[in-house]
Amino acid sequence: MKRRQQKQRTVTVDLTLSPADEAFRAEARAWLDAHVPAEPLPSLETEEGFAAHRAWEAELAAARWSVVSWPEEYGGRGVDIFRWLVFEEEYHAAGAPGRVGQNGISLLAPTLFDHGTQEQRARVLPSMATGETVWAQAWSEPEAGSDLASLTSRAVHTDGGWLLSGQKTWASRAAFADRAFGLFRSEPGLPKPHQGLTYLMFDLRAPGVTVRPIGRLDGKPAFAELFLDAVFVPDEDVIGEPGEGWRIAMSTTAEERGLTLRSPGRFLASADRLAALWRERGQDPLVRDRVADALIGARAYQLFTYAAASRSAVGERLGPESSLNKVFWSEYDIALHETALDLLGEEGDRADTGWSESYVFSLAGPIYAGTSEIQRDIIAERLLGLPKGRR
Amino acid sequence: MRFLLDTEQRAFADSLDAILTAADTPSVVRDWSRGDVGRGRALWSRVAEAGVFALAAPEAYEGMGPLAVELAVAFVELGRHAMPGPLVETVTAAVLLAGLDDAGPAKRLLPALVAGESMATVARAGSYALDGDTATTRLSLTADGELRLASGHGPVHPSLDPARRLTPLRPDGGLLAASAPFAHALLWARLATAAQALGVGLALLDRTVAYVRQRTQFGAPIGSFQAVKHRLADAKVALEFARPLVLGAAVTLDPADVAAAKVTACEAAYTTARTALQLHGAIGYTAEYDLSLWLTKARALRTAWGTSGECREVVLSGVSGGGRRS
Repeated sequence: MKRRQQKQRTVTVDLTLSPADEAFRAEARAWLDAHVPAEPLPSLETEEGFAAHRAWEAELAAARWSVVSWPEEYGGRGVDIFRWLVFEEEYHAAGAPGRVGQNGISLLAPTLFDHGTQEQRARVLPSMATGETVWAQAWSEPEAGSDLASLTSRAVHTDGGWLLSGQKTWASRAAFADRAFGLFRSEPGLPKPHQGLTYLMFDLRAPGVTVRPIGRLDGKPAFAELFLDAVFVPDEDVIGEPGEGWRIAMSTTAEERGLTLRSPGRFLASADRLAALWRERGQDPLVRDRVADALIGARAYQLFTYAAASRSAVGERLGPESSLNKVFWSEYDIALHETALDLLGEEGDRADTGWSESYVFSLAGPIYAGTSEIQRDIIAERLLGLPKGRR
Repeated sequence: MRFLLDTEQRAFADSLDAILTAADTPSVVRDWSRGDVGRGRALWSRVAEAGVFALAAPEAYEGMGPLAVELAVAFVELGRHAMPGPLVETVTAAVLLAGLDDAGPAKRLLPALVAGESMATVARAGSYALDGDTATTRLSLTADGELRLASGHGPVHPSLDPARRLTPLRPDGGLLAASAPFAHALLWARLATAAQALGVGLALLDRTVAYVRQRTQFGAPIGSFQAVKHRLADAKVALEFARPLVLGAAVTLDPADVAAAKVTACEAAYTTARTALQLHGAIGYTAEYDLSLWLTKARALRTAWGTSGECREVVLSGVSGGGRRS
């Protein structure tokens, strides 16, 4: 760095938000302050709670807060990633309810924006934004978990559409949801397992679908098995070209999950609540370091996300970097909740508190959306360049 | 909002990388560790010429700072190459001197630090000065907050990092200030240490990845085994989440952000050092293999300028310490 040049330089690394961004923050905060329910809603993973959360989605959508990053024509505000991050910070700081529409909003919608047709977007997105249609994901099968590409559920072409048969499992939200999306084998017998898969949307109440809810660790039916017996799906519910399902699903997961599966706002709010709990309970020195690490980890995740969003804003693709993200937040989330339960002592044993509900939820983090083991393989092979080996 | 280095900042890192690579820094470290500091001083001058110390000093004293982001960028490179010498201490001294009410000491001492003609070290009361035997400007902070120019140093103790020598400073010496603004200088010390540690960790990861790709056992590169891959993946995660904290701390210079960067970067580097040692096996446990230059530095930086416990305390005492209203 030559001195002459240096003297001319202005600071180009900038962590400040524009006045317009701050105005957006203020607007979101004011609305949330006035509308977030004073009492927490019943658990999202119960029938009663599911309905209450669906009603909350409608309230959010009526004020156009449910999908702020989407274009206005589908119920959004067309804001950029930074304003989405701001909204999420405010949303979680306000203690607003969990998002029952998350699967659809963060996984299916980006896929439709990238690979869907105009007709599909117009048909699917508005009711997703209002919570009128809640989407479940249908990826895993009994014999296809981490090795997702080995899936065997079939899509057989028929007149005007497809007949789906087979079994899906661990379908999050499927116990109470309306529709689902996932991959099906449309061309069996191709040389590689990820060839010949098709990305389809289907109705969970269609003839031939049987939904068997599965209780998660605390017994609440957070996911379900789906038995499909020649379920008819019209051609218009195929996303992208038949046979291209793997590429479509993976392009969306790598790019979008890295930024939007878990927002920093969620962890900033949880860490602040943990620090408040620690202060309230006499600043126990035995958990001091863990509380500090929760605050530090939330800040690290926030800044990591700002950096990723900044790279995305200048057109860089994120790809396998999203695996760093997934390993970090899923481990972090559990550690934070363990600290909270330890701080609560005997109270931490109660299953009817907000901390215990979110603790149970956090335990699934290193398992779904690609286990931590799969993510570490991706980091090692695709970011560090280590040779492939047996799993 | 643009949380990214620009092309000029990247070019600055590349130019330092080129200087440190061309100098064969590991052999400079070996010399320095034996007390033969000639090549170390020559490299120090080149690093100064590239503008590193000028980043911590204002223009009034022939610097071009304060530019904390560029300083952090520079210290990542210095750490990556295991550059020896009182680097953090010279930055800390520059910030201390520039912050005195009386401009006299800064006018007298700072231009030579910026130019690389002198090397500074700093010791707080009761603590050691790094390389106090080699540094030419020895600043001593007394328990009362006085800043003195120490006339010499006490006994020299070795560090577990052979490139570091620890000495108390003589309590006498000319009074530079009755009350020195140490808190601000400490932010720079911690930021520079954090960045240096990040660089140390990145170098350890790179070297270990290269090793496990070529080391073969049971008929396969050991880097193809999951037990090996996953440890390296965890090191990568730790370092990549330390990186934005270091850059963020350089942008805000907020005490909680700086402390968070220090604890996270130093812990990430140390974890990576443990992984590097384990995955190299016995060869990594030897002094003769160059990996040791970084392994021992990762240990030393962990407690330099504030332990992880002290830094966590700062985070907790901050008003928000990472909360959304920060």
